[in-house]
Amino acid sequence: MTETPDSTPTPDAEATEPSLSAVLSRVLGGLGDAVLSHHDRLGDDTIVIKASHRLTASRWLMEDPELLFDMLMDSTAVDWIDEEPRFEVVDHFFSTRHQHRLRVKCRVDEDEARVPSLCPLYGSANWMERETYDMYGIEFDGHPDLRRILLYPEFKGFPLRKDYDKLESHPLFEERYPGTRETDEIVHPGPRDLDAPK
Amino acid sequence: MSAGMPIDGSQALPYTQGGDFVSVGEGLCIRRIYPDGEDSDLSARTMINIGPSHPAMHGTIRMVVELDGETIVGVDVIPGYLHRGFEKECEHHTYHQAIPYTDRLNYCSPLINNFGWVETVEKLFEVEATRRTQLIRTYMSEVSRITDHLTCLGAALMELGALTPFLYMIEVRDWLWEHIAGVSGARLTQTYARVGGLARDVTDEWLDRCEQLYVDELIPKLRDVHGLVDHNRIFIDRMRGVGVISREDAVSYGVTGPVLRSTGVGLDVRKYAPYSAYDDVSFDIPIGKYGDNYDRYFVRMREIEESIRICRQLDPMIRATNGEPIAVPDARMTLPDKREVYSNIEALMNHFKLIMEGPRPPKGEAYHAVEGANGELGFYLVSDGTGIPYKARCRPPSFVNMGAIHLMLLGSQVADIVPVFGQINMIGGECDR
Repeated sequence: MTETPDSTPTPDAEATEPSLSAVLSRVLGGLGDAVLSHHDRLGDDTIVIKASHRLTASRWLMEDPELLFDMLMDSTAVDWIDEEPRFEVVDHFFSTRHQHRLRVKCRVDEDEARVPSLCPLYGSANWMERETYDMYGIEFDGHPDLRRILLYPEFKGFPLRKDYDKLESHPLFEERYPGTRETDEIVHPGPRDLDAPK
Repeated sequence: MSAGMPIDGSQALPYTQGGDFVSVGEGLCIRRIYPDGEDSDLSARTMINIGPSHPAMHGTIRMVVELDGETIVGVDVIPGYLHRGFEKECEHHTYHQAIPYTDRLNYCSPLINNFGWVETVEKLFEVEATRRTQLIRTYMSEVSRITDHLTCLGAALMELGALTPFLYMIEVRDWLWEHIAGVSGARLTQTYARVGGLARDVTDEWLDRCEQLYVDELIPKLRDVHGLVDHNRIFIDRMRGVGVISREDAVSYGVTGPVLRSTGVGLDVRKYAPYSAYDDVSFDIPIGKYGDNYDRYFVRMREIEESIRICRQLDPMIRATNGEPIAVPDARMTLPDKREVYSNIEALMNHFKLIMEGPRPPKGEAYHAVEGANGELGFYLVSDGTGIPYKARCRPPSFVNMGAIHLMLLGSQVADIVPVFGQINMIGGECDR
């Protein structure tokens, strides 16, 4: 069960803009309370919904004659490690009929990182959700074939999580000359450290 | 509404799933079809492994296929052998430092990746590149598209045994790559784009020579290839009606680019969401009819011609903007002039900050798509206000197109894997990232 609090503290919560795009006003009218927040910054129409509504909202977006989002262009996730809920699943929809786009986001907690899969609606959801699972460990309810896709089955952890160290490795065979790998000794400070508080 | 909603089994899928998922051990899960009905004899089936170390698999992908005689009745496609953590690396490098990584996505058309990345960063900054930059980017994208299609078609034809078109096309591709190296400094990993501009300016002589290459090399070779294979009986037998995907399935599986257009859907990012200077040029979108390999071949061949047409329109426009700047005059992303850096403390500091910390776009998120040679190449960037992307996602056209390859393979023969795979044009660097 995915329990997302109704008032998800997203960074996008903002006062309603007076002039909305046609897509966004139609979406807000149709989905009503399911939309927690929205914005159209940089020209990208974006809505935030409850994670449990992911499939039903997508079905409506796909079937509504004025929207007809028949293509799931991209599906990924963002790890907001310092925030609660931690993961944000981001889907980009596209309509081949009207040629407009919509970004739909939903938040899930780390402990219950499960969202409904879009596989019943879109063929492309299969591989993209497998990749999201592979990289972030978010599970998709109703996915017929949830396996790792880019990494190998023996891989431990989820590499795109922010708490996964970049230099961590899981060799599948013994090293011929143990201890000679450069990464064992060199500590990479990483450019992000420049921004760390002094 | 219950979360973790079960799939409504009564509701038919709005797309062709292409076989049942059957787990066959060792982490494999094939999609299996039953051509003779559910009671077909499974003991007559053979499981074989193709790749990743197989010349037809381009060294980067593995397929486990179940065969009934010569017919493919089950398939599991396993990508990831070229995974090198592109997105993780981008999250540890500045926006500038990530540009060379984008070269290595689709290494047949690196410039399109370059421009896709920097245009997404520019979108975060809410700046628009200068006119001359946009014109040159458009021109270079089209040269890149030509080289990518030449690689794809040449390799695909070679795998069918037609070695001569391969040599013709790869020769032209190398003329063009060498020519791009004349302005970018590198033949393959060109890294020609910069956030807010370009690495170097092009000259009139460069444009002259490019046009000369089209006339002397590319166009005659295209004519030769058309003459060699278009009506070739062997070629038609191996391509026509092979690897068919329906229009609805292609859309549902997110297939884009020439594969989608071969099914008759005339969708092209350059047309419906023009970026750079695509607004100012006129060109056609070639589409196919049957969604098979033969159509994909023709769509690509025609796209090369359209790319030449676009370049010829851009040529006088670029000449007309000679001397105009190729970088936006914005200190947040553009490096100051070297003379200024050595003589002016503000410019020195600006240079230092840009190199060490990278350009710092304001907080926000942006998705920007360009038409790559294989389909929609999108970048989704999340900025937290620092010089390093908080999240960098590449929407890889090859990866998504490969997600639908089982539809094209199930029911065809083992020998059909080669042309189907060749016409998908899976580029390992982009599929596996």
